[in-house]
Formats: sequence, C-alpha cells, structure tokens
Amino acid sequence: MTSEPCLKLLPNGLAIYLKEIHTAPIISHWVWYRVGSRNEVAGSTGISHWVEHLQFKGTPRFPASQLDKAISRTGGVWNAFTYLDWTTFYETLPASQIDLALDLECDRMTGSLFDPADVESERNVILAELEGNQNEPRFRLGEAVQKTAFDIHPYRNEVIGSREDLKQIQRSHLFAHYQRFYQPANAVIAVAGDFDADEMFARIAGRYTDIPAGPMLTDRVPPEPPLTAERNVEVTGPGSTTYLQLAYRAPTAREPDFFPFTILDSLLGGPTSLNMFGGGGTTNKTSRLYKALVETELAVSVRAGLQATIDPFLYEIAATLRPERTPAQVLAAIDVQISRLQDELIPEAEIARAAKQARAMFAYGSENITNQAFWLGYAEMFSRYSWFTGYIESLAQVTPADVQRVARIYLQPQRRVVGMYLPEGPQEGVP
Amino acid sequence: MSLRQSLARHSLPGPEDIFRTVLPNGITILTRTNQTSPSVAFSGYLPAGSVFDPREKLGLAAFTAAALMRGTAYRSFQEIYDDLETAGASLGFSASTHTVGFGGRSLAEDLPMMLKLLAECLLQPVFPAEQVERLRSQAMTSFAIRAQDTAEMASLTFDEILFAGHPYALPEEGYTETVAAIRREDLTAFHQRHYGPRGLVFSVAGAVTPQQVVDQVAEALGSWTNPDQPVEPVLPEVHPLSAPVRRHLFIPGKTQIDLVLGSLGPKRTDADYQSASLGNNILGQFGMMGRIGDIVREKSGLAYSASTNLNGSRAAGSWEFAAGVAPENLDRVIELMMAEVSRFTCEPVSREELDDSQSSYIGGLPLSLESNAGVSRAILNIERYQLGLDYLLNYASMIEKITPEQILETAQRYLNPAQFVTISAGPQPTEV
Repeated sequence: MTSEPCLKLLPNGLAIYLKEIHTAPIISHWVWYRVGSRNEVAGSTGISHWVEHLQFKGTPRFPASQLDKAISRTGGVWNAFTYLDWTTFYETLPASQIDLALDLECDRMTGSLFDPADVESERNVILAELEGNQNEPRFRLGEAVQKTAFDIHPYRNEVIGSREDLKQIQRSHLFAHYQRFYQPANAVIAVAGDFDADEMFARIAGRYTDIPAGPMLTDRVPPEPPLTAERNVEVTGPGSTTYLQLAYRAPTAREPDFFPFTILDSLLGGPTSLNMFGGGGTTNKTSRLYKALVETELAVSVRAGLQATIDPFLYEIAATLRPERTPAQVLAAIDVQISRLQDELIPEAEIARAAKQARAMFAYGSENITNQAFWLGYAEMFSRYSWFTGYIESLAQVTPADVQRVARIYLQPQRRVVGMYLPEGPQEGVP
Repeated sequence: MSLRQSLARHSLPGPEDIFRTVLPNGITILTRTNQTSPSVAFSGYLPAGSVFDPREKLGLAAFTAAALMRGTAYRSFQEIYDDLETAGASLGFSASTHTVGFGGRSLAEDLPMMLKLLAECLLQPVFPAEQVERLRSQAMTSFAIRAQDTAEMASLTFDEILFAGHPYALPEEGYTETVAAIRREDLTAFHQRHYGPRGLVFSVAGAVTPQQVVDQVAEALGSWTNPDQPVEPVLPEVHPLSAPVRRHLFIPGKTQIDLVLGSLGPKRTDADYQSASLGNNILGQFGMMGRIGDIVREKSGLAYSASTNLNGSRAAGSWEFAAGVAPENLDRVIELMMAEVSRFTCEPVSREELDDSQSSYIGGLPLSLESNAGVSRAILNIERYQLGLDYLLNYASMIEKITPEQILETAQRYLNPAQFVTISAGPQPTEV
C-alpha cells in the first residue's frame, strides 16, 4: 500500500519528492521554500511571514476570493507556515481533486498579485496577530530570550517580526523578497498519497518546467560569535505567575552532535515529537527535569526542546513556577540536573528507550498522509530526507559518552541566556 | 472520478467493519481494524462528569479524573509514567460535564499493557495525599493563568450567562475557592460512587483484530462491577435570555481584546443540528472563516481570526461568534458581526454557498478519518449520540438533503439578537 519515496529534479533546480500511499483516497501536497526569518535583515523582520500571508491574496488566474472556496469545496484543507529557515504551503485533498493544488501552487510561485490594498489589509491582520501573541506572558518572555541569545544572527528575531518593522515595510520590499526567494531552485515539492508516482511527476513537471531557475541565492548568514558569559533578561507584566526560560546555544541538525543532544533532551526534558500532524508521542513525567522541578514542588510544569535548524539555534528549557518559589531556586535545581549529565554517564538503557520512543512516534506519524508528506519536505530544509530515514538508527548509535560530551560542551552557563517573566501582581480589573 | 465514487472506492467505517459488542457488566466495545501502521489509538468515556459535582466543590469530577494516574494499588505515579513513556505511549483522563473521557495511543504490541494500566487507573486509584496536593497546586496556577487569558475569560463568562442555572454554565475544572474546598476523601468517595462499568464505552482503532480487543478488554475490565453507580440527575431546561447582555471584562496590561458573542444553539441530537452545522460553516467557517472571516478579516483587516462555532452537546448547545481585535476596532467588529446575523436570518443562503459547504463536508470526511485517533473518536461519537453504525456511510446523502430554507428556519430559531450574550475581555475599549 506504500512505496519508498522517490526524488526527481527538474533542470530549473526544483526538487520533487513523491511517495505513493494507497490507504485512503487522499493526497497531501507541500511546497517548501528555503526562506524564513533567517533570511531577514534589520528593518525587515517579519517580511517572510507577511509574504506568506500575501500568497493567499490571489493571482490573475486564482483571485483571492476563489482560492479558499476552491479548496474548501473539495473538503480539503490548506495552510502555510513560516519558520526560522523555511516557509511551506500545503494542501491535503481528495485524490481526485489534486490538480487544483498543483495548479494553484505553481501559479503562486511566480504570479501572486501583491495588491497594495491587500498589503495594507494584511499589515493590520499581522499586527493583530502580534498583539494577540503579546497578550501571552510566555510569548513576551520567549521573544526577549531569543533577542538576548543572538547579537547579529537573524535567529534573534521572532518570525512574526517587530511592531516597528511591520509598520514600515512597504509593498516594494515584500515583492522583492517574494521574487528573490520564490523560485524553483529554492523550492522542494513533496507529495504523498493515493497516486501513481510517474503520472504525478509528469503532472508536476508539465507545470513547472518552463519557470526559470531564477538568480543564484547565497546561503550565507553572518555567523554568530559564541556566547562568552551568561546573559540575563527580565520581562515584567500583568498576572501572578512567574515563568523561567533558559536558552543554550545548540548544534545544527546536520552536526553529528544533534543526535546525542536529542537523547540528552529526551532524558532531561522528555522526548520531542517530530510530527507536525498526527500528534506527539508521549508525556515527560519521567524526565529528570520533571522529577527535579515538579515532583519537588518547585514548578507546576517544565518543558524542553531542541529544534532542527540550519544554523546553531537554541536548546530551551521553560518552567512555570509555583507561586511561592523563586526563579533562583528553580535555576539551581536545573543546574543540579545539568551537572549530573556532565558528571555521570547515562545508563545504556536510556538510549534504547529513546529509540523506542522514536519508533512509536514514527508509527503515529505514518498513520497520517499529511504528516508523511510533511516529513518528505521538512528534513530537506536543513539536511536531507535521509536524515529522517536514518533517524532511529542515528539515535541507536549514540553512546553514553557522546551524551556526556555534548552536555559538557553545550550546557555550560556561559553559553546560555536566563530569562524571567516577573508578574506585577494582581491589578485592578473588573472581574 | 467524482467525490462520491472516490469515497466508495475506499470504504468508510460502517456496520461491515465496525465491530460492536457489550460485555455482561455493561461495557460497550467498538473497534475497527487498520493494519497500515503498527499503532493503535483508543478513546472512551464513562458517566462520571461534573454534573455530579456539589456546587461548593465544583471541579471534583475533574480533580478525580486528573488524579487517577497519580498512583494505583500496584504502581506509583512515576512507575505509571515510566511504563508509558518507555513505550512511547500516552494515556490521559479528563472530565466534561456529563462524562469522564479517556484516550491513549501506543504501538499495537503494547495494547495489553495499556489496557492493564487503564483498568488499574479506573478501578484502583489510591489518590496519594502528596499527589493530590500537587494537583491542587497546579490547578491553582492554572486558574491564575486563566484569569489572565482574555479568550478563556470571555468564553467562561459567556457560558455563565448563556446557560445560567444549568451545569453548562459552570467550568468543569471549577474555581479557586471550590477546588480549595475539595479534600482527598472527596476524591475517594466520588470515585467509589460514580466509577463503574455501566455506561462505559471503549473504542479502539488500529493494528489489532476485534477478537483481540474483546479478549483484552474483557480480561482488563470484564469483572468490574459497581451496583450502586447512580444515574445522571435530570437537568433543568435551558431557556433563551429575556434580554440581551453586554459585558466587558477589564484585564489590565493586555494589548488585544477577545470577543465572544452568540446565543443558544441546537443539541447535538436535535433534528436541526446538521442544518445549523452547515449554516454555521457558511457563516463562519468555510474557506477563510466564511462570511464572518470575509467581512472582518479579509475585507476590513480588523482581526487575525474571526469565526463562528456551533457547540452542540447532549443537553443544550451554543452558537458562538469569536474574534481577537484591537481595542479601537471592537465596536466596529461587533457591528459587522451583527449585520451578518441580520442578513443570515433574513434571507436564505445562496444555492452556491450551500453547494460549497455540502461539498466541503462530504469531501472532508476521509480526511477526518485518516488517523487511528480520528477513527476511534468518530465511532465513539456514533455511540455517544446514538447515530447508528451506518452514520458515516449515510453522511453524504444526509448532508446533500439539507436546503437553504431549512438553514434559514434554523438560523431564525436560534440567532435572535434580542437573546444574545456579548462578552469582551482585555484592555478597556476606550483606553486607546
């Protein structure tokens, strides 16, 4: 019912991944672009996300008013996401309707209108999205920590951008960004579902072959010098809950250290799921941080996470404190657990455990065709698809000494930012 | 190939392949096999929801459900989660008004372990005192976070007013003072009295055969009895408001207002539920959030999200409009929404709009059934609302029969602005 994925390249540089899955009459089709907040310069933060929004505003062939309706009419779903390294658009549709997705994605790779009125309307929509985010203490803390963690690398900016930049970016900036990054050589198409691969390739090739490759893009982003001393940042705001967030500089997804770090993360904060659809794997209540913070009644919750990125990003640990506890108490307890990882070898059984957790996560993810198409393209944004297929084996090969080594290298205090959200206490409001 | 033909080619769950049986102690089992992935997902419920809570201890059912996995006669909290997390599996319980729901997923090879654990949590929780206090503390923090959450506070207040005098007016998780009043003995007593096999429904989908499921569930739960399990009390009728209510909750320090407005809607089992559902799709879901999304977000750029929702439950329902808006745009967004209500209740939807939504519903069905969890939930709902095992097979023809006139009649029955509740929460609208 399922075939191995195949990769094909068009002369204009477009990469196409296809995977036949005949378990349901559904096809999921994704177009990935190597552009995200990583590609933004000062003064234009949020521009990639804004371009993504404008991709839903129509082309001469597919006016905006018809796009949503055309997809919804099939019973399908579509959406888009902008992240640090990438922007992606997807449609999951009844298999018989897939030409609609092929047509509209090809069309909007080069033909989006960027109508000035739409640019202004979306400016307000995105500012509203930002204001909604800023209602959340955790967003405000995360934003401050990220900014403090990098001095020059664009990873310092939130994907949504800053209010100042969102107010001053103009249509010409947006359109130039679109023309620069939305081109075949900078894209990956990933399709999974109920189709014949040869036939699907012919359909895609027929649509994209005549689109020129576009200018060569350089992938250079100024490297961020290492942190040499711990940095601290405090955010204050309404409420009565204190949050603590730590961010350590982490390895890239392509570095061998990423896999020992994944085991470390699984042990310290609980396993991170790589599924975007179909749900995560398991909880984190046996993780060392949960035991050290929640079981000891220092915090009500803790989570940690490592992200697969092109350049070194952050390993983050976030805790919601119990009201009677201080950030210093919680930080001290986290440091004890980090020292343990640096001083003691973890049991071999922990590595087998992490591999089994990953096996379960892949089984859940493979129930869902949309998620399988997501996998095909996702790993291409920071590595190769083989990163995924070799994932469980890469984990299984990690040794306790590897985990200890990455703990010693990456989890040093001088490589981190310590962020706190300190509530201003109850304020006068109308209940 | 038409959508209908495409659907027929891959069979939807129906009487031919949904296996249903009832154990002698009253537990209903539903299962559908899916061998495409080596995993299983299950879900279920039993009638032990917050409808049984004393008002002064509101949150008791939810607290009890949350504490089931905090230790059993055989395993400590850490042992429970060690078994689950080592298997990459998950299990959870949560209470709603009528029921305690549960759900889990694992590799198929671990299903026997999961059922054993499920049975231990349901039958033999020990509610360790230390764990009870920890949960209480977590609940208190979540109440503090809730008090700062503009969307949650707007929604909470909306329900309190719309369903006044009915259990649906109250949050299942309770309030600070009611959870503070709950003692460990209350949890034990609630569990002993209300947990039992009668009314328990268990649904599983995945790489397991019906016989394996029946054998494993019977082994885990077949000998459970509780002859004194009480039946749900008769609930009061819900009545529309006699006058509209408008309220703003000032939550200082916020940048955006969350708005919820609306009225009572049909029950899930009412005859007009599906026409309300299709109407709701046209009004605030279809495409980029239907007519409401079109006017508020697309044409006016006044909100990131503006949509409508129909919440049909067992005893009553609500029909809600929601948006997150800048303080200076609040009045304008309310005006736009009310203008759409007026249009929606004065003239029938167009044939084209209805065709679009019908097509969306029918085409979307296989997408909702992609995963084992989706199938498990779908067949659980068939049982919950007694929709019949052929419900999914008949779904397309049922949807196709609904007319613009039926939608108009349904909208007129429920969407009366004179009975609306309008709640906003966040900064003062006049602050900016």
